[in-house]
Amino acid sequence: MRINPQFIDKIVKIGLNFQAFFTVGILVAIVAIIFFKGSPYLNMEFIFSSPEDMGRHGGIFSTIVGTIFLVLLSIFVATPLGVGTAIFLTEYTKESWFTKTIRFGVESLAGIPSILYGLFGFIFFVIKLRMGWSLMAGVLTITIMILPTIIRTSEEAIKSVPRNLRIVSYSLSATKWETVTKVVLPSAGPGILTGIMLSVGRAVGETAAVIFTMGSSLRLPTSLMDSGRTMAVHFYILAREGISMEKAYATALVLVLSILFINIVAYYIMNKVTSKYS
Amino acid sequence: MPKLMGTAFLLLMLLPLTFGACSSKGVQTKKRTVTVAGSTSVMPFTEKLAEHFMVDHPDFVVDVQGGGSTAGIQACMNNTVDIGMSSRQLKNEEKLLNQIIVCYDGISLVLNPRNPISDLRLKDVRDIFSGKIKNWKELGWIDRKIDAVTREEGSGTRGSFEELVMNKEEIDDGIMVQDSNGSVKEVVATDPYAIGYISLGLVDDKVKAVIIDGVGPSIDAIKLGQYKIVRPFLYVTHGELDDSGKEFIDFVLSVAGQNVLKKEGLIGAYD
Amino acid sequence: MIKKAFTKEHFVKYILIAFALSSLLFLFLIFIFILAEGIPLFHKVGLKNIIFGFKWAPTKGSFGIFPMIISSFLVTFGALIIGAPLGLSCAIYLSEYSGKKLKLFLKPALELLAGIPSVVYGFLGVIYIVPLVRNYLGGPGFSLLATSIILGVMIFPTVISISFDALMSVPKTYREGSFAMGATKWQTIYKVIVPSAKSGILASFILGMGRAIGETMAVIMVAGNALRIPTSILDPLRTLTSNIALELAYATGDHRLGLFSTGVVLLVIIMTLNYVASFAIRRKVLK
Repeated sequence: MRINPQFIDKIVKIGLNFQAFFTVGILVAIVAIIFFKGSPYLNMEFIFSSPEDMGRHGGIFSTIVGTIFLVLLSIFVATPLGVGTAIFLTEYTKESWFTKTIRFGVESLAGIPSILYGLFGFIFFVIKLRMGWSLMAGVLTITIMILPTIIRTSEEAIKSVPRNLRIVSYSLSATKWETVTKVVLPSAGPGILTGIMLSVGRAVGETAAVIFTMGSSLRLPTSLMDSGRTMAVHFYILAREGISMEKAYATALVLVLSILFINIVAYYIMNKVTSKYS
Repeated sequence: MPKLMGTAFLLLMLLPLTFGACSSKGVQTKKRTVTVAGSTSVMPFTEKLAEHFMVDHPDFVVDVQGGGSTAGIQACMNNTVDIGMSSRQLKNEEKLLNQIIVCYDGISLVLNPRNPISDLRLKDVRDIFSGKIKNWKELGWIDRKIDAVTREEGSGTRGSFEELVMNKEEIDDGIMVQDSNGSVKEVVATDPYAIGYISLGLVDDKVKAVIIDGVGPSIDAIKLGQYKIVRPFLYVTHGELDDSGKEFIDFVLSVAGQNVLKKEGLIGAYD
Repeated sequence: MIKKAFTKEHFVKYILIAFALSSLLFLFLIFIFILAEGIPLFHKVGLKNIIFGFKWAPTKGSFGIFPMIISSFLVTFGALIIGAPLGLSCAIYLSEYSGKKLKLFLKPALELLAGIPSVVYGFLGVIYIVPLVRNYLGGPGFSLLATSIILGVMIFPTVISISFDALMSVPKTYREGSFAMGATKWQTIYKVIVPSAKSGILASFILGMGRAIGETMAVIMVAGNALRIPTSILDPLRTLTSNIALELAYATGDHRLGLFSTGVVLLVIIMTLNYVASFAIRRKVLK
């Protein structure tokens, strides 16, 4: 006897409904747990004082600064490098062994686990180049880590700028560089920015690549050769050593809020710029 | 308007950087840095010492990292750090480093507070970690697998444990591994069927210290020589230390420094 | 005047070439370094001994990573078993059954969830999943099962997001045609829509696999890190990535080279996954 397909349809709908809510529910639960368990301990003091007694007391100020320094510096290095490379690949050359090699590098490095960046960064920067556990070693490592993403998203964004825009620009006797800066880049802006924001988010949450290169000192890093902790590293240490559950949750909350903030900023900028051009 | 916002935003982001740049210019000429890395057993105590030290010497910065004893020794040999921390004796190939005994610490076997067993023979401990005894029922408890936890290979605590307890027998490779004292303690504190070994100075009421062959790990028992699972905490240096490092070490070995350590449950270097 | 523009253009071009070269340098630096440090050990000890060796005791000369290769694959498949069906169902629900508002809200929400650091997942896994496994199923809790669950949840956003895109890009006409022939919604979904989105969905699974196999910190927290091939899903295990992280700080000499060799193996596995995935995506576009 054949089961009525309408009946199956209804069952499936309920089943999918349930599964979808279950799946999303788990993810929402994660954020909710962090939020509810962490917010009691999140206050001004927590943000502006540094860890004491291995993190049992005090706040996370030095780790916030460490995170900001690491991420900002990495972005400052990787963005011009990455966007410049993308511009070069799309606007200034034809397909050749050179461009193919770069694309191969970018493709291959996408999805490389962060521990391999940690492995490389530790042996190469910390030990062989004698930088020690330092902000500099961390920045260099994270820069390499986010470079492929920035190149890739920038390239895609630039490529998707309609040819007509460029043709019109040239027909108005603009030079190549003028075209790039005044026409192509503004139009590709949102896409490029997305890539940058994605990288920022990734760098903020990164642990394996950072703990082996920037180290885990509790001090406030004040120079490039200083070691320091990022929030993610601090959270990891607090969590696995059971030093303080409360501080761990609060740190996790700050982490999640930072990522939320970064995403919101990204969407705001993207919408602002796209609305300008649509 | 968006341009204004964008610039304002960028400036806001640059603020911490300029702050950092300014302070580093001013600070670098004044701050004296001592970098320390290594044993996760020694690390919290070094941190405590550093905290006290930096209160009296505000122009100093003492950077402390973990990584494990062997990592610290390696880092010291590479001159990646000024001082390496070790919780085990140096091996022959490491003896080229200067070693300073900072204090002594016992290694305590720990069980979950819900575990009714409170003492074991040394041989039992050896058999548990070598994989010969796999079930708690063999030791008089329920029929349940023993969740033993050990440290990673490069750990000084593990090295000392292997030397003082395992006595040439190898730790079974089916046993779980955690990479710091704190995380071993966490596992034992949350798993009723777990057993592990941690620095005595780290034992609190989250876990239960085990009496071995009739002797409980306590500072007195160690001083009297009754509890024998003891290892030195070492600071190792490569060649001559600079003045900053020397000042820190002087503090550590001073009465004030030693008192800090003793308060934390360690045994002084001179006791 | 025209001359001025030309030299500026040339100047710009050379700067961009410099940037591109620097990028290339950076990208290949890590690549070549890992290969350069990792390959020698294969020659010295033998490829078979490393990849198929059972004992990892690098200070004593054994570099067998077979148990860890198996463990890495086990947790990845475990993650897929949990993450793929649920993720796909979620994507199907969101693309076929939900309204515009939800769809609009979805993308940013997923991106946020994808951005949660893996250590947070690991932490929650230790606090909630590990005790659950231990108390209701047995074993220490630090296990293949716990790891698979955590990784599975971690790849939800990836699978949902990419599958969702794939499903949404199936032309409306397909659906309309199917309904016109009297098919029910579910029949349409599993006979028409999902098959046409097949490549994209497959790509999402493969990318999810890539993320799972490369995960380190969360795995160290919940897997137990024992060096043996697990004989049940309740046994602890150690993946290739965890091994590197656990031993990196103190490995020297051949031991260190052994970690790089492990890195090479990881590189090969992940690059293969990546190429298969991008091949699948390209097929979809060409179609």
